[in-house]
Amino acid sequence: MRGATQARWAACAVAVALAATACGGGDGGGGGGGGADGIVSSSWGDPQNPLEPANTNEVQGGKVLDMVFRGLVRYDPKTGEAKNEIAQSITSKDSQNFTVKIKDNWTFSNGEKITAKSFVDAWNYGAALENNQKNAYFFGYIDGYDKVHPDSGDASADTLSGLKAVDDTTFTVKLSQKFSTWPDTLGYAAFAPLPKAFYDDHDAWLSKPVGNGPYTIESYDKGSSMSLRRWDGYPGADKAQNGGIDLKVYTDNNTAYTDLTAGNLDLVDDIPASQLKNVQADLGDRYINTPAGIIQTLAFPFYDKKWDTPDAAKVRQGLSKAINRAQITDQIFRKTRTPATDWTSPVLGKDGGFKKGLCGSPCEYDKAGAKKLIEEGGGIPGGQLKISYNADTGSHKEWVDAVCNSINNVMGDNKACVGAPVGTFADFRSQVSNQKLTGAWRAGWQMDYPLIQNFLQPTYYTDASSNDGKWSNEEFDGLVDKANAETDKAKAVSTFQDAEKVLAEQMPAIPLWYQNGSAGYSDRISGVSLNPFSVPVYNEIKVK
Amino acid sequence: MGRYVIRRLLQMIPVFFGTTLLIFLMVNVMGDPIAGLCGDRQCDPATASRLRAEFGLDKPVWQQYVTYMGNVFTGDFGTAFNGQKVTELMGTAFPVTIRLTVVAIVFEIVIGISLGVVTGLRRGRPVDTTVLILTLIVISVPTFVTGLLLQLLLGVQWGVIKPSVSTGAPLDELIVPGLVLASVSLAYVTRLTRTSIAENSRADYVRTAVAKGLPRRRVVIRHLLRNSLIPVVTFIGTDVGALMGGAIVTERIFNIHGVGYQLYQGILRQNSQTVVGFVTVLVLVFLAANLIVDLLYAVLDPRIRYA
Repeated sequence: MRGATQARWAACAVAVALAATACGGGDGGGGGGGGADGIVSSSWGDPQNPLEPANTNEVQGGKVLDMVFRGLVRYDPKTGEAKNEIAQSITSKDSQNFTVKIKDNWTFSNGEKITAKSFVDAWNYGAALENNQKNAYFFGYIDGYDKVHPDSGDASADTLSGLKAVDDTTFTVKLSQKFSTWPDTLGYAAFAPLPKAFYDDHDAWLSKPVGNGPYTIESYDKGSSMSLRRWDGYPGADKAQNGGIDLKVYTDNNTAYTDLTAGNLDLVDDIPASQLKNVQADLGDRYINTPAGIIQTLAFPFYDKKWDTPDAAKVRQGLSKAINRAQITDQIFRKTRTPATDWTSPVLGKDGGFKKGLCGSPCEYDKAGAKKLIEEGGGIPGGQLKISYNADTGSHKEWVDAVCNSINNVMGDNKACVGAPVGTFADFRSQVSNQKLTGAWRAGWQMDYPLIQNFLQPTYYTDASSNDGKWSNEEFDGLVDKANAETDKAKAVSTFQDAEKVLAEQMPAIPLWYQNGSAGYSDRISGVSLNPFSVPVYNEIKVK
Repeated sequence: MGRYVIRRLLQMIPVFFGTTLLIFLMVNVMGDPIAGLCGDRQCDPATASRLRAEFGLDKPVWQQYVTYMGNVFTGDFGTAFNGQKVTELMGTAFPVTIRLTVVAIVFEIVIGISLGVVTGLRRGRPVDTTVLILTLIVISVPTFVTGLLLQLLLGVQWGVIKPSVSTGAPLDELIVPGLVLASVSLAYVTRLTRTSIAENSRADYVRTAVAKGLPRRRVVIRHLLRNSLIPVVTFIGTDVGALMGGAIVTERIFNIHGVGYQLYQGILRQNSQTVVGFVTVLVLVFLAANLIVDLLYAVLDPRIRYA
């Protein structure tokens, strides 16, 4: 009897020992061999919303859509310029009525042909109130949007009246206002076409989305991983240079980075802040740090009368002058941010509307000048500036404290500015959108499409969707309207810049810095770059 | 015995409702979760109000709680913000965490109790002192330090293990995370066992057993250990629940997609359906573990049997 027990224990011990040695084995992160069929493993975060084109508004879900979908136009991964992809041509005589012709050789990966209807149906689906699509407002410029998606109450129409399929390869779009650069917005994922399978069996589609991009989804294990494989029948020019991508959800980007340094993962597209000091030593030139279409600002509450006075504009300019941007981006962000001198982003390029130094002296650090301006404006309203931020993610505390330090130094008063943390992002956003904040708060804008319009209109136009501070200025609004009606692109851009000059005078939000995208990769792969949205250009990655 | 079990089961009911209500209130106090769903921009009001209605957030809290509990009893734990059923999330998360917990408990039992017996029988000797110092170190170093250190040394420097656990979380990959998770409790188990053994080894019944001429092995295992294990079993039993809920740090470090990860995600996104659902199940696990501990008492010590 006792002998038998001992034998069992021995067996267990052997099993444990065997299991322990097996730890070292197992397949590497990549697998699948090298060369053109090599598989790249990449870090991923759990998408917040279901993966549908018009319902995905964050970068993790967007990453997948970028691989699985192609729309009418596509933004050049290097320059950000909008180029026709499925669209043969998008024409308009009056900047308001557009005719879209599509190429007729495109299909979805399940073999279904892409027609004008694939677009019209998808856009109607995305705009309809009853479908709860978080990006529905992208269709807001199309005529009839207020009928299918009213601000309150039920929809009075099922489809957008401004959207009509003429034949298999042509459809027309009528906008509710003039918007000359509208075709350039169509590269956003929300405008992707959808196959019939999407409507026929929505749940099945969601568990394994079918699109028309260079990759197809082989398997999707929600919350943990997704395997994408090259689609050999892809009709586009930007075919995948590798066999596929394995996305792996990480609970913490530090672990992803550790896996990369251990040779267990090929690509990390978010270097944790705590590792920035080691990254050069660990990765050398396999570390990428390039500008992304993201600007961070300090926003102010204009619904609060104290901030909505001519004097307060001077105070805001003074506060802007009091922030030592260069020092903060160097020491806290280790050069993964660039001090901002306008309200757009360097990824737009000169022709796209980025203008270095447009803000002028209000964005230059000047201790004496700052103090003088703030005092001329009657001092900080309420005697103290509170900067609210969410404390749960993104290590905002460090830079908010640094900004406050900088302001306190200028004012010679260590109570002039304090950080005001809010527990969670959701709570922070609800305080912002419910107009509960009376001081400044951290604001950020990640572009939806590389257009100067996208940096200015949604955030500063009167009652615009992301004008959280409720700033309103007739001159600015007028210039934006004028720019949108302009058919010549260069003229439109320069008119937008005129509008931006109003921002420099009024300083509705203090531009802080442009954010870069950072990534690191293993020596197994090459050709890695980030597009202007700071998403890796997966289809160009080559496996050695 | 039967009445005792029934009484214990009845006691669980108010505890269950109390804790779930508390969690429900706490998650609700944090504010409007829908505001966080649209990123750094405002949701358009019509969609936001439809989403609020879909998740039942437009009703008063007490009504939300009643509806929620009603649904829970029919097995419906609601839907997470990414469109997945919470029961589906549980189905993937709990097996992983249970596996991790089992690994940790096995370490606690095997290493903790054997070390405790060895040191308890050799009080004051060098072995005893060494183990005591070691356990003191383990107790005073936070888990995330031990975890990150082992991950760096074994995973990156020496390449013995993979620094992160793969999706399926097979048992062999859970050995190191399990050890990290168990470490602090393991030290406590060692110390508890040691003290208990040391105390009981002077007891009359042990002396009697030795005087009867029983082999030492038998004295230690059948007489000494059985009586000394009562406090240890209590500790390990209550630790089951604590380990499952407390795995959040270990799971994050080793990229294990278990209960801790889902809870963390749920709290960050203020997803009350996920948080309350998972905590409800954890409460049940805790209550069941406590019940089992109490029943085990009866097995170990017949005197408690009819209490």
